[in-house]
Amino acid sequence: MSAEQGRKLAIIAALWAALILAPLWMPLVGGYTALGTRVLVLGLAAMSVNFLLGFTGVLSFGHAAWFGLGAYGCGLLLKFVALSTPLGILAGTLLGGILGGLLGALIVRRRGVYFAMVTIAFGQVFYYIAFQWSSLTGGDDGLRPFYRQPLHLGFTTIDILQNSTAFYYFVLFCFAGAAAAMAFILRSPFGRTMIAIRENERRARFLGIPIELHIWIAFTLSCFFMAFAGSLYALVNNFADPRGLHYSQSGDFVMMAVMGGMRNFWGPLLGAVVFVVLQDYVSSITINWQIYIGLLFVLVVLFFPRGLLGFIQQRRRA
Amino acid sequence: MSLLEVSHASKHFGSLVAVRDVSLKVAKGELRAIIGPNGAGKTTFFNLISGFFPPTTGTVSFDGEDVTGLSVARRVTRGMARTFQITEIFPELTVFENLRVGAEVAAGYRLRPWIGKNAIAAVKRSVDEILDLTRLSAKATRLVGELAHGDQRAAEIAMALTLKPRLLLLDEPTAGMGEQETYEITQMVRRLHREKSFTIVLIEHDMRVVFHLADRITVLDQGALLAEGTPPEIAANEAVQAAYLGKAA
Repeated sequence: MSAEQGRKLAIIAALWAALILAPLWMPLVGGYTALGTRVLVLGLAAMSVNFLLGFTGVLSFGHAAWFGLGAYGCGLLLKFVALSTPLGILAGTLLGGILGGLLGALIVRRRGVYFAMVTIAFGQVFYYIAFQWSSLTGGDDGLRPFYRQPLHLGFTTIDILQNSTAFYYFVLFCFAGAAAAMAFILRSPFGRTMIAIRENERRARFLGIPIELHIWIAFTLSCFFMAFAGSLYALVNNFADPRGLHYSQSGDFVMMAVMGGMRNFWGPLLGAVVFVVLQDYVSSITINWQIYIGLLFVLVVLFFPRGLLGFIQQRRRA
Repeated sequence: MSLLEVSHASKHFGSLVAVRDVSLKVAKGELRAIIGPNGAGKTTFFNLISGFFPPTTGTVSFDGEDVTGLSVARRVTRGMARTFQITEIFPELTVFENLRVGAEVAAGYRLRPWIGKNAIAAVKRSVDEILDLTRLSAKATRLVGELAHGDQRAAEIAMALTLKPRLLLLDEPTAGMGEQETYEITQMVRRLHREKSFTIVLIEHDMRVVFHLADRITVLDQGALLAEGTPPEIAANEAVQAAYLGKAA
């Protein structure tokens, strides 16, 4: 094993140690467990956006649609169909992922800014549907009431509704599974074609890769991951509302990915940490907290175009 | 039988006729050079062959099959590979990683979420073989974007070779190169042709390279076929001399 591989492994081990021990150390630095849960869910969403943006080079500006659909799918199932947390997650993931895949087939021929525009448009369609269809979705007031249900594992039952630490670990378990799946795909021959498309679409095409098909698959996978994160988000709040589908929410995810470092697998998670922590602390001081996040974003883009994690890596290499 | 047969191909861009009724037959194992003054339509003609865009009229056949309407990916599957006048590579990947993409596509793995140890080893072997053939082995772990221009051009040809092509289309392989680099690339193309029996069609500006390498030469001028023949025939052709030196000459 080379020194660099060893260091990489050490960093990843440290990251997982920090995540696993979060309920222990977070209170010591003034945090609380639910904040950690939020970071994981939003971080997973930002990583899903980055799966497409950072590794295929395709910017979707409407990914909140699949996030929000995941949340509604999960919430609707829990409210109307069955009292089961895993089924809720499954329903949300399938709803957002399948709709994302279907609409994705219509838009993968567009590129660059046109692709981004069309994704915004589709995202807004779902936003207005959720907003207007009050009888089903609760409209502007959001979908409620529904509650995440205890997990029945056969030999024991875990109460994730009242016990926030247990819920944190449940979300961490889901996060780990999704992150592992993403990493697995990116290290596969298919994942390497995604990176090839990011690096040089023309070269990739003339190496015999049908670009549209591969972008569509990457887009669809990204939608499934996004909807999975959205389902978890519904469980975090026991609530789903149209703002989760809005393009400004999509913008937040893109911001997290870019701020953290979009060429880096874990960059968006760091972006989510910065975003959520700033939001939590600054919003208790001023309602204009978004100005400060915006300011930070501009500074990062201007001075660390590779994002915070990219900057840290560059420093270490130098 | 000819491997590549272009018949009466034309390409119009609005009112501009970039390629006008050009026909071409390239035999298996041949090295054909396409030359012509700037704006003669050489690259447009290449784009018709490789499927970058379809011809307005005319057909392209490859190994007896009409491929005129086929996508780039399908042409690659049938054995066509090309390089570009302006180097097209994956700059932030290493030389090895650049070639691996092509090797995995050629092996039919591009949609696989997983490949086994044996498949990984086979891919590595075929990449190593081509690195050796193109004299890039020592630079395998370097980022291709950081290499010298000549090595980047060589890497692009190497990428095309990973596809195990039956026809190699090279668009100005020596573009922008110094003396030494031009010599090395010329030697490499010669090796591919003589030792590995690749069928090659290349566009080239450097006449020394063309006359050194080509079995036959096709001359385009203002989108139309001006002449075709062996290097001595082309050198003696008055119409070709006129096109190159200006009509007044």
